[in-house]
Amino acid sequence: MKRFLGFIKKEFYHIFRDFRTLMVLFGIPVAQVLIFGYVISNEIKDVKIAIFDQSKDEVTQQISSKILSSGYFLLDRNLSSQKEIEPVFKAGYVREVVVFEPDFAKRLKSEGKATIQLIADASDANIANQVVSYTSGIIFDYVKLLNMEEQGAAGINTEVRMMYNEGLEGAYMFVPGTIALVLMLVSAMMTSISIAREKEMGNMEVLLVSPLKPIQIIFGKVMPYVVLSFVNAVIIIFLGHIVFGLPVNGSLALLLGVNILFILLALSVGILISTVSNSQLVAMFISAFALMMPTILLSGFIYPIENMPEVLQWLSCIMPPRWFISAIRDIMFKGAGLLYIWREVTILTAMTVFFIAMSIRKFSVRLE
Amino acid sequence: MTAPAVWVENISKKFDRVKAVDRVSFAVQKGELFGIIGPDGAGKTTLIRILTTLLLPDEGKATVAGYDVISSYKKVRHLIGYMPGRFSLYQDLSVEENLEFYATVFGTTISENYELVRDIYKHLEPFKNRLAGKLSGGMKQKLALSCALIHKPELLFLDEPTTGVDAISRIEFWDMLKRLKKRGISIIVSTPYMDEALRCDRVALMQEGRFLDIDEPEKIIGKYDKKLYSIHTTEPYLLMENLRENVDIQSVIPFGDHVHFTTRKDVEIDPGDLQEALIAKGFKDIAVKIIKPGIEDCFMDLMNIEPQ
Repeated sequence: MKRFLGFIKKEFYHIFRDFRTLMVLFGIPVAQVLIFGYVISNEIKDVKIAIFDQSKDEVTQQISSKILSSGYFLLDRNLSSQKEIEPVFKAGYVREVVVFEPDFAKRLKSEGKATIQLIADASDANIANQVVSYTSGIIFDYVKLLNMEEQGAAGINTEVRMMYNEGLEGAYMFVPGTIALVLMLVSAMMTSISIAREKEMGNMEVLLVSPLKPIQIIFGKVMPYVVLSFVNAVIIIFLGHIVFGLPVNGSLALLLGVNILFILLALSVGILISTVSNSQLVAMFISAFALMMPTILLSGFIYPIENMPEVLQWLSCIMPPRWFISAIRDIMFKGAGLLYIWREVTILTAMTVFFIAMSIRKFSVRLE
Repeated sequence: MTAPAVWVENISKKFDRVKAVDRVSFAVQKGELFGIIGPDGAGKTTLIRILTTLLLPDEGKATVAGYDVISSYKKVRHLIGYMPGRFSLYQDLSVEENLEFYATVFGTTISENYELVRDIYKHLEPFKNRLAGKLSGGMKQKLALSCALIHKPELLFLDEPTTGVDAISRIEFWDMLKRLKKRGISIIVSTPYMDEALRCDRVALMQEGRFLDIDEPEKIIGKYDKKLYSIHTTEPYLLMENLRENVDIQSVIPFGDHVHFTTRKDVEIDPGDLQEALIAKGFKDIAVKIIKPGIEDCFMDLMNIEPQ
């Protein structure tokens, strides 16, 4: 035990004496939350739209004014013919054109159904997505309101708000995603690099020859990062809460528990990477390509999984961050309990066991 | 009866198709200072790593202090101290922290075994708060040796400890090994420097994975049966070119401002004649002598280096 503690002490010396390591550990997480929060945040504001109203009746006027008064959209111009739509997009300012079909109110009354066409500039797919979902949210809101007036049922009100919130929830996505990214970075990448460094510098040879058991070496290397990763997760959640007003509706203990589970998972991935790489550079490249890219691209962090081709959707199922993000999103926003996220927790636990088993199998008590 | 410190029988190790160690057998007695001498790539490091249980041999058997290096590797690891070729220090830890770390890892403390490392560590004590990365080569080497010794090992394996270290530090280092030997520690040390062979009790000359000879340095010199000539010169390169044209001369090897050469079997050259002949060819400051071979001449001869 004393040996083990001595090892951990040494590991902390390494971390706290290297400015760059410290920056990666604490600077990057904070920077990432702020950057993702402010820049990549999917929230939309003052998006310019054009309206092509072929009906110009009471209902279309109402819907238009509701859209424009939402604060998300600004009217760039009213269009008077189909031909004007494309030039308006090409000019580059307008993100969306709302098209009301002729005789809108009349059809709504007689057939109970009328069509609004939303045409978005999808050259920026994410913004297009958001803009369309916001607009549909507002229109849906209006439809609900219309129904409510007719039926006089009051209970629908809350339901409407929830639906409306659903469009907004995308804006919160970045915090779970950032936690996943940072934990992957700190846990997996830093451990794999620091173990690879021992190998590269020739220290591993001496450690292997020492009476330390391989499991002590591994845990000694990993332990400090468990602590630091956990501190990081807490910092991110705290920052998200303070700076961006993120709610933590579920149990904080459960949220932190899931975080620890994911940290262990990321660390076991890091150990596995270190067993196959002999230099810091190799460890870094494997971490970057095998972990960072999938975490960003395939976990649903930035690009919604539902929008992916089916093959990638399948692929995303084997990405640990996908399940982690999904679990903590449910805890933070929906206030879900363990029963609700049992599937995610089970999958993450299974993955952790798998990776630990793999690393133990791969970890060599010798140099080859 | 005590087991020999190291006992090796027919050890081989291949990397891809290169035989790094090729059917090597030898034994090191307790308390012996054993040198493995050979050029880079001879297989010294591989052999030491097999003995320190870090690599598995493809064939053959080896024991360290009586324990098999494959089946009882854990036992072996408790008994040995190991200093790998690349200094195994943590550059971002201070001198004292490095030593303390290795002491804890081996389940001891600095004060407990201070006696053993005192001679070596006293040179370092004034710098004990300096980071290991900022030490000179010779001091790093002393610290690495202290770290390898701090747990009082029965055996010490040193892989090229003097590579990249200045001449004075090298001499000091060998003096330290001698003192450790007196304490009964068996030492196996590898080095590419042939002159260091004389500091060992016995040496093995290694080349291309094989041991060419194992013996006491004096006996290796004693086995040398050729006549050896030495010429002092200021132009070794030109002189060597010239000597190689002579059909009677077999091998020509430069030694600083001297050139050593041997003759073909049953051929003798009179030093005076050769000196005159060379002076006639325009060489100045020439002195041809018959000399006694040094250990390096013997190794060169054994390794059969014949630059064409």
